[in-house]
Amino acid sequence: MNTVPDFILPLAGGLLIGTSALLMLLVLGRITGISGIYAALFGKEPGGAWRWAFVAGLLAGPLLYHWLSASPAPLPSDAPAVLTVLAGLLVGFGTRYAGGCTSGHGVCGIGRLSPRSMAATAAFIGAGMLTVFLVRLLTSG
Amino acid sequence: MRNLLAALCGILFGIGLAVSGMTDTRVVLGFLDITGNWNPALIYVMGGALAVTIPGFWLTQKKSAPLLDSQFHLPASCSIEARPIVGSVIFGIGWGLYGYCPGPALASLSALHWQPLLFVAAMTAGMWLEKALSSLRSRT
Repeated sequence: MNTVPDFILPLAGGLLIGTSALLMLLVLGRITGISGIYAALFGKEPGGAWRWAFVAGLLAGPLLYHWLSASPAPLPSDAPAVLTVLAGLLVGFGTRYAGGCTSGHGVCGIGRLSPRSMAATAAFIGAGMLTVFLVRLLTSG
Repeated sequence: MRNLLAALCGILFGIGLAVSGMTDTRVVLGFLDITGNWNPALIYVMGGALAVTIPGFWLTQKKSAPLLDSQFHLPASCSIEARPIVGSVIFGIGWGLYGYCPGPALASLSALHWQPLLFVAAMTAGMWLEKALSSLRSRT
């Protein structure tokens, strides 16, 4: 494993994610925005079963990969529960208010060259970087 | 057939997240940590994905309809507005606090740890809150 350069696996994963998003648009005509797909799971739209199928596959994918490659799944974050809840609330609220997340705006929206999604992507990456910086500043003091 | 393909795409997406290390909150926080021990992995993930979607979406949208539906279901607006930016800033703060965005959080559920479960429960509550506030505001 150590002979593989660091960027190979992230790049391969990115190509798989892009292929998934392309097939979704080409075959189903849908944007692969995970937050939107998940939020609409419990909606009453007829013909929405494809969303359940996609999310089931999304859960099965990592299991399949770690089993086939015999690599251990990453350990979950050791952040305290209160931070987990706070972060989850912000991510859920923010992605719906923004109408997309890393997949919908980042991969698909920029894939469509949408300025709206480019601005959104710059905003969440910028806010994420600033947050990590401020957390470091406050906790290392 | 449509559901089978959606499941296959979900599996591909989930494998992609696991292969690239995006289901590991440390890798994602390492990318956001530009003044520390920066981990560029997410650049390669985004780059790899966009290398497929930019030319692929362009070609696909030349078609009049997708293969298994009568029309494309695309977001109406591509223009820059306050709402997607404000929402993304809120999302980015949560992302930077923890290291999960919605895809990796859901994909991590199958590892059966309590952390992704709690995160997804809170994320679902946040989505519900947004929907409740939006419908409240549109009523007044």
